[in-house]
Amino acid sequence: MQEIKNYTINFGPQHPAAHGVLRLVLEMDGETVMRADPHIGLLHRGTEKLAESKPFNQSIGYMDRLDYVSMMCNEHAYVRAIEKLLGVEAPPRARYIRTLFDEITRILNHLMWIGSNGLDLGAMAVFLYAFREREELMDCYEAVSGARMHATYYRPGGVYRDLPDKMPQYRESRWHKGKDLTQRNAWREGSMLDFLDAFTADFPHKVDEYETLLTDNRIWKQRTVGIGVVSPEQALAWGMSGPMLRGSGVEWDLRKKQPYAMYDQMDFDIPVGVQGDCYDRYLVRVEEMRQSNRIIRQCVSWLRANPGLVMIENYKVAPPKREEMKESMEALIHHFKLFTEGYCVPEGETYCAVEAPKGEFGCYLISDGANKPFRVKLRAPSFAHLASMNEIVRGHMLPDVVAMIGTYDVVFGEVDR
Amino acid sequence: MIAMLHDFLLGYGAIGLVVWLVLCILAIAVPVILAVAFYVWWERKVLGWMHVRMGPNSVGPAGLLQTFADVFKLLLKELLVPKKSSRLLFVLAPLLALVPAFAAWAVVPFDDKLVLADVNAGLLYLLAMTSMGVYGIILAGWASNSKYAFLGAMRSAAQVVSYEVAMGLALVGVLICAGSLNLSDIVRAQGGPHGLLDWFWLPLLPLFVIYFVSGVAETNRAPFDMAEGESEIVAGFHVEYSGAPFAVFFLTEYANMILISFLASVLFLGGWLSPFPESWSVLGVPGWWWLFAKAFIFAFFYLWFRAAFPRYRYDQIMRLGWKVFIPIALVWIFVAGCLVYFGVVGQGVSA
Repeated sequence: MQEIKNYTINFGPQHPAAHGVLRLVLEMDGETVMRADPHIGLLHRGTEKLAESKPFNQSIGYMDRLDYVSMMCNEHAYVRAIEKLLGVEAPPRARYIRTLFDEITRILNHLMWIGSNGLDLGAMAVFLYAFREREELMDCYEAVSGARMHATYYRPGGVYRDLPDKMPQYRESRWHKGKDLTQRNAWREGSMLDFLDAFTADFPHKVDEYETLLTDNRIWKQRTVGIGVVSPEQALAWGMSGPMLRGSGVEWDLRKKQPYAMYDQMDFDIPVGVQGDCYDRYLVRVEEMRQSNRIIRQCVSWLRANPGLVMIENYKVAPPKREEMKESMEALIHHFKLFTEGYCVPEGETYCAVEAPKGEFGCYLISDGANKPFRVKLRAPSFAHLASMNEIVRGHMLPDVVAMIGTYDVVFGEVDR
Repeated sequence: MIAMLHDFLLGYGAIGLVVWLVLCILAIAVPVILAVAFYVWWERKVLGWMHVRMGPNSVGPAGLLQTFADVFKLLLKELLVPKKSSRLLFVLAPLLALVPAFAAWAVVPFDDKLVLADVNAGLLYLLAMTSMGVYGIILAGWASNSKYAFLGAMRSAAQVVSYEVAMGLALVGVLICAGSLNLSDIVRAQGGPHGLLDWFWLPLLPLFVIYFVSGVAETNRAPFDMAEGESEIVAGFHVEYSGAPFAVFFLTEYANMILISFLASVLFLGGWLSPFPESWSVLGVPGWWWLFAKAFIFAFFYLWFRAAFPRYRYDQIMRLGWKVFIPIALVWIFVAGCLVYFGVVGQGVSA
């Protein structure tokens, strides 16, 4: 009698569907997965430790690099934690801008997710369609902060600067000229808010396009319905949040349950799934894109009507105006102190969480009264999700593992931190 | 002029005959290779248009020379053979895949009387050749000694076994209607006064669909490309191949796609026959250009599928093959038999 045993396969870190540097050691029985062992740590950069050695503001940029597809949401959690310890609150316009950009970020993230999940399951077109819209939103990032990804736009006390009056335009090139160029720049004639207005008016049709390709597609349904079912109890027990939790039918969204920024002023709905399978999570995320679009439209109309400060005028925390520094000794001192030493945060500890596109992104901050944090702990949603990998994919086939990684929406920047 | 060359060469006896055959083979193989090159370019262009991007546009006018640049790059690359592979089979596998893909062209009739080998068992020869190709794939996967490649080979073997059956059954329908295994006769049996309404696609519609879908599955193309399954098993059976052997696999795949496109046109869409009634003066004239136009449409469908559909899972493909295609094909063979028996189709039987 021959001895038959399962074989292991090394899935990643160099694998087209590994979403970065996920290394899965799969124990396979033919095509069926008997055990999945996710390995993490290949992208560990010690963000939490690095933050301990720098003034508070200098770590904002590190937050962008955690979940590098939902940059500003990460900043938001960190900045809110600092604000809470300092006891300051950003002016309303700044909070509206944050709401606006949190939702832009959510769309950015979900576009990336729908594209890569589609690509993982072989639907190549969705990926490129999604990136077409992503490009426009990336331009918004660039317009406000100068960077397309790692914006460092949110600051304790507000945001770095007000929204630009002019949206950057495409320049003529060998490939885009004449009528094509005019068409590409059609939305970009006015301010950024005009651009967003045009974008959000059009975006639901774009979502319809993705749905035409996927939602009723029989192959797509065969690949996702009933795959990776998570019951609501399991989802809660595993510490899931965001669409992973809502896909299982638990109506939990920090934007509604513990509103921050201006979410209590916004009119939007939380989509929830029924079965808790990959298909439900797909539907939830697609609907979230539509809801985010709604929120953006509300923010745009408020921001149009209400100009004002975007940064508090407490110069211990926020830099003074450039003109003031030319005249006022006080302003110059504030500027110097702020950009060399930073500010000291009163002793205390806090946990602040935001509803990042992937789930609850939290920042646990302890200050000992110095100008640097004593300890920063970041709660990354993907990390909690990834832990359930073995339980969920056991008994599924190898292509289902790929589908599951897709709906986890893992990004290794935040898992490994 | 061709007839003159033929007579001239045959004047030299056996050697002349061999030279004549080699020339005939080259006259088919070289255009097929060139067609593959431009098909790859066309695929990338079409996918580009469907994906709101440009496709190749830098090498040559409209990127036409991109494929040639890629081929030369691949041919000049070092041939890497994994240390623990089975060296002989590893090198042999691409050739095993390539040879049947080209050999099958021998019996494809391009026009009336324009066929390299007008054999009577053409259909059987085709079935034999198209199923030979999978040995190359299985051996490639096995010889690579890589788990990903092995999974790809296993999937491919299972897939071919099940789709070969469906494909064969679809061909039985054609056989019943045409009453001949000779491909030229099959085309002639589709001739009639009504143009495209006389072709076999109409009475054999389910078999026509099954044949082409099985053809897509046989050639390992999206949405049935799980032998490659780039996001699951990276590149499947050819994950360890690089340089020239990889280029050979690539060539095989595309040559097979073009072959299936031609066969679908020959077997179901009346080959070189015109889709319009013979009474229409210019449009009604049959000729090789009709066959090429039909094959082009099928070749385009291949690309369209790839742009539009997600990939099936391995067991779902099996289910589709065994539980949907084969039963439908079996039922329709019976229906085709009845149609022929009651004289609705199949002048070919009496002829």
